[in-house]
Amino acid sequence: MPALSVRVWRGTTQGAFQTFEVPRHASQTVLDVVTHIQRALDPTLAYRFACRVGMCGSCAMTVNGVARWTCRTHVDKVAQDGALEIAPLANLPVIRDLVADMREFFDKWARAKGRFRGAQTRHEDFARLPPHSAQRMQIDAAIECIGCGVCYSSCDVVAWNPEYLGPAALNRAWTLTRDERDSAHLVRLRAVAGDAGCHACHTHMSCSERCPKNIAPTASIAGLKRAVAKAALRGEL
Amino acid sequence: VSAVARSEFAVRGETRLWIAQRASAALLALCVMVHLATLIYAVQGGLSAAEILARTRGNFGWLAFYSLFVLAVTVHVPIGLRAPLGEWLGWRGRSRDVVLVGFAMLLAAFGMRAVFGVFA
Repeated sequence: MPALSVRVWRGTTQGAFQTFEVPRHASQTVLDVVTHIQRALDPTLAYRFACRVGMCGSCAMTVNGVARWTCRTHVDKVAQDGALEIAPLANLPVIRDLVADMREFFDKWARAKGRFRGAQTRHEDFARLPPHSAQRMQIDAAIECIGCGVCYSSCDVVAWNPEYLGPAALNRAWTLTRDERDSAHLVRLRAVAGDAGCHACHTHMSCSERCPKNIAPTASIAGLKRAVAKAALRGEL
Repeated sequence: VSAVARSEFAVRGETRLWIAQRASAALLALCVMVHLATLIYAVQGGLSAAEILARTRGNFGWLAFYSLFVLAVTVHVPIGLRAPLGEWLGWRGRSRDVVLVGFAMLLAAFGMRAVFGVFA
C-alpha cells in the first residue's frame, strides 16, 4: 500500500499544518496514524486518547474537515486520494496541536444542571422504572453519550452563539428531565430555556448526523422545548 | 433589577416568544394553503383586478381571513429575524427587540392597509 500523506495541525489557535508520510496498514484507524506520528516521527506532537475502543470520548478530532472519534474511524473510510488532514475539534480553544480545551464544553453540562439530584435516601425503597415505559425508552435513546464533543464541534449555533449550551449538555439535561427520581426538574428547565439553551437550536441536525454513538441530540432538544413550553403554559416556569 | 430577575425574565420571555413563533407558524401554514388554493382556483378563468375586488369588497369572511394572515406574519417574521440578527450580526439585547417591535408594527400597518385596500 502506498504511504499516507497526513497534514497535522501544529500550534495553538495560531499555527500551521505539518505534513507527515505514514505507512498504511490494514484496518488502520486515524488514531493509529496519529500515534505512529508521535512515536516514530515527531515525539513533540500533542494529542489526547485513553481507551482506544470508543468508550472514553477523549480522542475526537477534526478529520478531513469533519469531527470524528479517531479510535473508531478507519483510514479507509475517510482518506481522500491517500491523504488525511487532522486538526483539533472546532468551536473549542486549542491547548496545543490536536488537543482542544474541553473546559467550556463540560462547564456547560454543569450550567445545564446535568447532575442527578435525588430526593430519597438509601433507607427508602428503590424507584421502580419499567424498562418499556415511555420515559425509560426516551432516556435509553439519549443516555449513551460518551462526552466526546463531536456534536459540540459540529454545531453551527455553538459557532454563532458562544453562550449556547450545545447539544451534549442539553441532551444530558433531557435524560434527567425524563428521570422521575430526579428532584430538580423545574430548576433544570429554567437553566436550559432561552437564547443560550434549547430555544437557540435551529434543528440543523449536524449533531445527530455526526454523533458516533448514534444519539439524536436534536430530538432531545426538541423534547426540552416541549417540556419547557408545557411548564410555561402551566405557569411553573 | 437583579441579574437573577433579569435572567428569569429572559427565560420566560424567550419561552413565550418560542410558543408564539410555533403557534403563528401553524396559523401561517393554514393561511398560505387557503391563499394558494384560492389563487389557483381564481386564476383559471384569467385574472383581473375587477374579479378580485368583486370577491373581496365588503366580504367580512375574507377581511377576517386576511387580517388573521397579517397577524400571523406580524408575530412570526420579527421573532424569526431575531436569530439571524443575533447569530450573524452579533446584534442582541434591547435595541434589537425595540427595532423588531417597530418592524412588526410596520408589517401590521402595511398588511392591514392592503387588506382594507381590497375590502373597502
